Amino acid sequence: MSASTPPLSGPPKAQAKALNCPKCGAAIVLRSFGQAETVVCASCHCILDAKDPNLAILQQFEIKTSDVRPLIPLGTRGKLRGTDYEVIGFQRRSTQVDGITYCWHEYVLFNPYKGIRYLSEYNGHWNDISICKMLPMSEGTSANYLGEIYKHFQTCDASTDFVLGEFPWQVRVGEKAAVTDYVHPPRVLSSEKLDKEVTWSIGEYMYGREIWEAFKLHGAPPEAMGVYENQPSPVTTNLAGMWVAFAAFAVLLLALIAGFDMRAKKEPVFWQTYRYSRADSKAEASFVTDVFELTGRTSTVQVKTYAPVSNHWIYLNYALINQDTGQAWDFGREVSYFYGYDSDGSWTEGKQNDEVVIPSVPPGHYYLRIEPEADPSLPVIPYTVDVTHDVPVFGIYGIAFLALLAPVLIISFRAHTFERSRWSESDHPPMQLSSSSGEDE
Amino acid sequence: MTQPVANCPNCGAKIVFRWSSSVQTVCGFCKSILVRTNVDLKKVGQVADLPPDSSPIQINTEGKYGNKAFVVVGRILYEYDQGGWNEWHVMMNDGASAWLSDAQSEYALSLSSTAQNLPAPTQVHVGQQFTWNNQPYTVTVITPAHYRGVEGELPFQYWDKTDVTFVDLRTESTKFATLDYSDPEPALYLGEFVQFEDLKLKNLRSFEGW
Repeated sequence: MSASTPPLSGPPKAQAKALNCPKCGAAIVLRSFGQAETVVCASCHCILDAKDPNLAILQQFEIKTSDVRPLIPLGTRGKLRGTDYEVIGFQRRSTQVDGITYCWHEYVLFNPYKGIRYLSEYNGHWNDISICKMLPMSEGTSANYLGEIYKHFQTCDASTDFVLGEFPWQVRVGEKAAVTDYVHPPRVLSSEKLDKEVTWSIGEYMYGREIWEAFKLHGAPPEAMGVYENQPSPVTTNLAGMWVAFAAFAVLLLALIAGFDMRAKKEPVFWQTYRYSRADSKAEASFVTDVFELTGRTSTVQVKTYAPVSNHWIYLNYALINQDTGQAWDFGREVSYFYGYDSDGSWTEGKQNDEVVIPSVPPGHYYLRIEPEADPSLPVIPYTVDVTHDVPVFGIYGIAFLALLAPVLIISFRAHTFERSRWSESDHPPMQLSSSSGEDE
Repeated sequence: MTQPVANCPNCGAKIVFRWSSSVQTVCGFCKSILVRTNVDLKKVGQVADLPPDSSPIQINTEGKYGNKAFVVVGRILYEYDQGGWNEWHVMMNDGASAWLSDAQSEYALSLSSTAQNLPAPTQVHVGQQFTWNNQPYTVTVITPAHYRGVEGELPFQYWDKTDVTFVDLRTESTKFATLDYSDPEPALYLGEFVQFEDLKLKNLRSFEGW
């Protein structure tokens, strides 16, 4: 086929010819092979028509400050997402909120095959931006793009203050566009409305060091200040997933508890009411109970003590003794209940019930030795001792539950704090005292 | 593929059609716009020098769309107030004709389509919805454009245009539609945006320094 094809007219030559500013005569470099609509003279700040061979002057602007300087110089090339791009344009834009002016910078990047994309920088936060190829659907306070929901962050008027280099559109200093940002970190979806035309762009957050690496810049990037609208949260954990996993574990714990509870015999083996008499106790301090039998496997023994004390106390020195082996478990329990009324209102302390669980008691014949001591102000205190064999113990599950809950809460709290910082800069700042927590994902 | 051969009625150069259904071509030597008649070629116009262009695509660029290979055989160049764009006429390896548009490095592939009751240009407004092939399309931009020239082979006569109106319609996916009001009868093109990488283009134009 190639042998018989007619000769081609050949691609248009790159615009290598020397161009000069029609106003001040300074050399004008065109880097975008005709993609630029406007080019700015770096010497006299004329905005020139890049499509016009004579570079007609479109606008001349005054610069108010001399320190507007791109962090990435024009003409710098860098590799961004695997493609070489050259910085061909730079602009500073600003918006006013409550009388305060906020400035940010935008860089125009060019690759002759891949076209134009943009970088933006605000307070050390960077975004890699390209024009949306698909049409986002904005619905109230959110927008849907490629199936993802973006939350409205803010709407402001962005005015162009300073321009340098080439732009693929008719750039003018002083022009104001209504910019609306929707965020889904690390991405930001922006609509820019100028006159009747709406342009949607999609940006992805980049760290200064990534930019410095991509463009091989010297020194260190400016430090990022605060939390930016689409900055990814340092909490990379999927919070919803984490809570689901936690819930699953809690259910497993509950199942274990239920299983052990069903397996436990909870067999009453001894029950007796005694009367503590101050007069008697002087003669004989301790006494032993009847023998009861623990059958089956080695298991727990629960000893419950009930005494109807009120503003009194009774203390019981217990020993659970194996009649067959002589092995003994000593433990002391206090039952006390106090109440009263003071300047803070009524109060109570203690209760009339006490229970204790002795772990790993082998089967056999047992009795209790009991040595009571009591409030000297009361002559007689009745008390009941209730022994149950093989009760389930849940304390360890509680500890496991708390051990799992703590990191989940801490991570959720950190994520929540970060999101609060993010949204405090938006049109939708969080309430001063927010009752919600952990649901931000 | 048939490659009918003829000679340029203006300069006598050999004219080869790479696409058998081409109706119009431009002589590579004298830039005469030639239209096929039943018997031979007729010169209908002359292409002025095309303006410098930023497209990396050129006649003979090859690529792939899905599993079909294509080759660029012609183009129409337009301008509007925000720049220019190319509609590259491509020949698919199954013989079909399609359009690869290239506007500031945004690439899209579309095919001529037919639909009943296409709206007149005065009836279209931004935000309006149309449904073709069960796909809803929303009018996003109405672009008054200016015809700047042609190159290579085209599936229809297209050379004496001046101002033309295009209506862009987008969807929530990569699909889009264009209503072309170049002719009294509106023409509908349905297509989708494509990634430069996915086109696997060969024989691209080279750019100095890149």
